Order: sequence, then structure tokens, then C-alpha cells
Amino acid sequence: MELALAIGIGVLIGSGVWLVLRPRTYQVIIGLSLAGYGVNLFIFSMGRLRVNAPPVLDTGRPVDPSLYTDPLPQALVLTAIVIGFATTALFLVVLLVSRGLTGSDHVDGREP
Amino acid sequence: MRLADHLLIVPIVLPLVTGALLLLFDERRHILKATIGTLSTLVLAGVAIALLLMTNDGAGPASAAYLLGDWPAPFGIVLVLDRLSAMMLVTSSLLGVAALLFALARWHKSGPHFHSLFQFLLMGLSGAFLTGDLFNLFVFFEVMLAASYALLLHGSGAVRVRAGLHYIAINLVASFLFLIGVSLIYSVTGTLNMADLAGRIAGLSPDHRGLLEAGTAILGIAFLVKAGMWPLCFWLPGAYAAAAAPVAAVFAVLSKVGVYAVFRLSPLLLGVGAGSSAGLPDRVLLVGGLATVAFGMIGVLASQALARLAAFSVIVSSGTLLAAAGMADVATTAGALFYLVSSTFTIGALFLLVELVERTRDPAAQVLAVTSEVYGDDEGEEVAEVGIAIPATLAILGTCFALCGILVAGLPPFSGFVGKFALLSAVVGAGDDGEIRPASWAFLTLVILSGLFAMVAMIRAGIHIFWAPAEAIVPRVRVIEFAPVALLLGLCAAMTVGAGPLMRYATATAEALHAPAAYIDSVRNTARVTAGDPR
Repeated sequence: MELALAIGIGVLIGSGVWLVLRPRTYQVIIGLSLAGYGVNLFIFSMGRLRVNAPPVLDTGRPVDPSLYTDPLPQALVLTAIVIGFATTALFLVVLLVSRGLTGSDHVDGREP
Repeated sequence: MRLADHLLIVPIVLPLVTGALLLLFDERRHILKATIGTLSTLVLAGVAIALLLMTNDGAGPASAAYLLGDWPAPFGIVLVLDRLSAMMLVTSSLLGVAALLFALARWHKSGPHFHSLFQFLLMGLSGAFLTGDLFNLFVFFEVMLAASYALLLHGSGAVRVRAGLHYIAINLVASFLFLIGVSLIYSVTGTLNMADLAGRIAGLSPDHRGLLEAGTAILGIAFLVKAGMWPLCFWLPGAYAAAAAPVAAVFAVLSKVGVYAVFRLSPLLLGVGAGSSAGLPDRVLLVGGLATVAFGMIGVLASQALARLAAFSVIVSSGTLLAAAGMADVATTAGALFYLVSSTFTIGALFLLVELVERTRDPAAQVLAVTSEVYGDDEGEEVAEVGIAIPATLAILGTCFALCGILVAGLPPFSGFVGKFALLSAVVGAGDDGEIRPASWAFLTLVILSGLFAMVAMIRAGIHIFWAPAEAIVPRVRVIEFAPVALLLGLCAAMTVGAGPLMRYATATAEALHAPAAYIDSVRNTARVTAGDPR
């Protein structure tokens, strides 16, 4: 499971970085989204990988922390996803405006 | 809990509520929106000054924590007020007042939701200065950046959109680095509370140190992108020069947020108490800061437009501060903090002034004028203009421009000089055995040279604009546009007059930064308001 997750994060971040370095705005935004997914998975994995362990404590019984997974990374990922979505949406709008104003999808606003 | 204790959260809640409230009103009700926005910013500045006085009060504690949701420190989110955050709050809110007043002349009408975005920017700034939690720092950075993305585009136009595109892309990537750094640190220490982290790093096992150091390095890159350290600053001149004048003026404090994070976190996390990781970032900061100063001063001299000159001054000032942070001793840090406030006000004033000055001539002519020095000046017709008095507006603007030049270059008698002098004298005295280190020589040389370069660039621009203009247009400048510039320059002058008490404050701040035990204790020992089960 660790290997699969590590390869997954690596592929996402790698393709993200490659696409961000491309000169077309569409590739840049897709690259940013992929890198965002990679980063979110990375945060998630930093809370250690556990299967079948809930993050929310059951208050009815005496609490044994070893039965639960770390809830904090999940809360962090949730926040990061929301912020990532919002900023990517904002970037999309700027991208469209730039396309409309310059008539080009090059990141510098004109063909080289 | 007394009412005064709740003052700590006002700098975050007030702009948030005001910004949200302003969204409810129709875009055409300019006067109403402007009034509410200005009032809120003025109150914010008042609260910031009150907080500053509170921390500097000899009787009270030098740092105070505010438990959000009444959870004890390592578990809940805390806001921490100490001398450094109070100082940064005052700086950002006063600059905010000046920029907003300037915007009231006409800029606030040139795009939707200016006032709301401005308030959200102030909220992000205050939050970033007050938070005592790494992940919350990320959240407030994003609040601040999201508002700054929109404000950069304020007024629209192809140049702004292109600069905005680059600015957003860079900052999104930096945000990802921030998250990776924060999660790496969390994975080895199990906490995100800065004070708690500082305590845990000392006892970390050696096989976890690698991950921790990698995490802090990645986190550091995210801050340094914001602070504009070379080579991470290529986006900065374009973005700052493209922004509308009042927006660019507030951006002058935006780059200082990265510097603030470096000043706050490098002694706290990797200071003396960090075991084998102590002093990890110092060399990088020192060398990087010096490279930034060198890059910035070449940029200042090469700038053909005034806005770019101001933007490169931001880089010079960031570089000086980062190099000073790399020196990591109390006296240098104290000088750096004084210089930070002074240079933020100066560059803010310069950005505002640039717009007023540019009205005297069209930008194309100005580029021509500077280039003409290089490619030969063939304006043959020397018209004899004997005895033409300089119009009052031009005289006032010229005086302000000269003051800005003196402040940016760090010539006596103003606060730019006091700041640089404090820095340089501390650097000279930094060695243990009275010997001046090679790094100190490099620092000394670069800071003095950068002042010279700034002076040359400012004088050259000033001659072309005020003294021997190709065609002089007397600009229409309103009082409300001139007043903020005067306010910022006046603050710099006041900093000169009050240099003694301010340096004492800065020294106390620097001492607290380099011996963070009091900070850590105040966060850990803050008692909950209600005893018992929080559920």
C-alpha cells in the first residue's frame, strides 16, 4: 500500500511540475490541479496509513487511541482541498480573461 | 476574562465582518462603502496601536495568547500577541490607512468590490501576524493571497492580467510547498503549534531529524518566494509594477510577511534549543539575502520606469532583512526590525508617489528620456526657458520625491539612515573577538552600495521629471492623494525623532525572538476560561 501510494503521489507531482513548466495556460492549470492532488495525498499519508480505523472517537466507550487513525491530517487535507479549489477557480478566471484580452493562450500573452 | 483580552482577536474579526458587510451593498454606493471601509481601517489601526502599547507596558506580560474555542494550547488553535506581531500589525494597518485614503481619490471606483477585497487583505495580514499555529499561518497566507490576486487585477488591462497570471501560478506552487513542509513537520513532531513544536524539536530522535530539516527547508522556500529572495523573486517586479498604486503600496508589506515568518520561525524552531539542527537556515539566509541585495540594486539602476524602480527597492529591502536574519544575533535583528518598518513605509510612499509623478509625463517619453543617456541625446532644440517658476504642485511633489530618495538610499537624517546605521553597527560588532567576519564585510559593502545605487537611480529619475523635463505637464493632484504620501513620510520622520524608544522596543523584540522561552511558556500556560469538560 505504501509503495502504491508513493508511486501515485510521485506520478501526480511529477506530471504536475512538468505541466506547470509548459508555456500554455491550459497545461499550467491542469498541472496545478494534478500537483494539488499529489500534495493532498501527501498530507494524508503523513498521518500514517491505517486501514479500517475511524478518525472520530466513539465517546460511548473507553477510548483506546491505538484503534483510531490520526484525525488531524484529514482535517488539514479538507482545508487544503477547499483552499486549493478556490484558488484554482480564481486562476481559471484570470486565464480566461487573459485569453480574451490577448487572444493567445501563451502564458506571456503573446506567441514567442 | 476581561474585555481587553478580547482585543487580540479584533484585528481579524473586524476586517472580516466589514468586508462581508460591504459585499451586501450595491456597487454604486461608493460613498457609503468608502466610509465604512475607511472607518474600519482606522479602528483597526487604533486597535493595533492599543495592542502595541499593551505589549510594551512594563507591568503586563510581553506576550499573550488567545485560545480560540477555549481549547488548551497544543490541541486548539491559538492566537499569540507579542512585540513582533504587535509591531507588524501597526505597520500593516498604518500602511493600510494610507493606501485606502489614496484609493478614495479615484482607484476604488475602477473595479468591483475594492473595499471588501482590501478588508480581506488586511484580515489575512493580521491573521498571519497573530497566529501561533503553522497550519493556520497557511490559511491566513491564502486569505491574504486570494485577496491580493484580485487586488492585483484591480483596474484591469492586459499588463495586469499577464502579471496576475504569473503571480497566481507562482504563489499556488509556493502554497503547495508550504503544505508539503507543514505536513512533513507534522509527521515527525505530531504538532503544529509553533510553541509546542519549539519544545519538541530538541528531543527529536536522530533518525527523524532528516525529515524535520527537509520539512523546514521546504517551508522556508515557500516563505522566501513570498519574501522575494533571489532567485525566487523573478515574478515580483512585474507584479508590483503592474498593480494599481494603492494596491502596490499595500503589497510593500506583503513581501514583509515572508520576512516576518523567517524572523519568527528560524530562531523559534531552529534556534539555540533545537539540538543538532540549530542554526540550520542561517547560512542560506545570509548568502541568499546578500545575492538578493546585489540583484535588487542592479535592478534599481536598470529600471526605466519608476514603478519598476520601486519594485526593485522592495527586493533590496527584503534582501537586506533576510541577510540580517541570517546573522542571527540580537543587535542585528533589532536593527533589521527598525529598518523593516521604516522601509515598508518608505516603499509604500514611493509607490503612491510614482503614480502622482507619472502624471507629469507619459510613460513612453520617460523610457525614452532614460534610454537617451545610453543611446545619445539628440534633442537639439535648446529652448531658452529663463525665469519660469516651478509650479507649486511640482515643487511639493519634487520635495516628496527627494525625501523618498533620501529614505530609500538611507542618507541622514531620516529613519532610513537610522535603520541602516543600526544594522551596520550591529554587524560590525557581531564577531565574538572584535574581529569583523568576511560575511560582515560583504554585508556592509552591499548595503552601502545598494544605497548608492538607489540614490543614483532616484536622482536620475528626479532630474528628468522635476528639474529638466522634456515637456512639463503640471499634474492634477488632489489633497486626498497627497495626504497619504505625507502621512507615510511623516511617519518616517517621526521614527527618526522617536528613534531612541523605538530602538529600545526593537531590541526588546529581538531579545524575545532569540530567547523564545517566555513566548513558549505564555502559549503553554494560558489557562482556559471555563474549567471542566469543553464538550
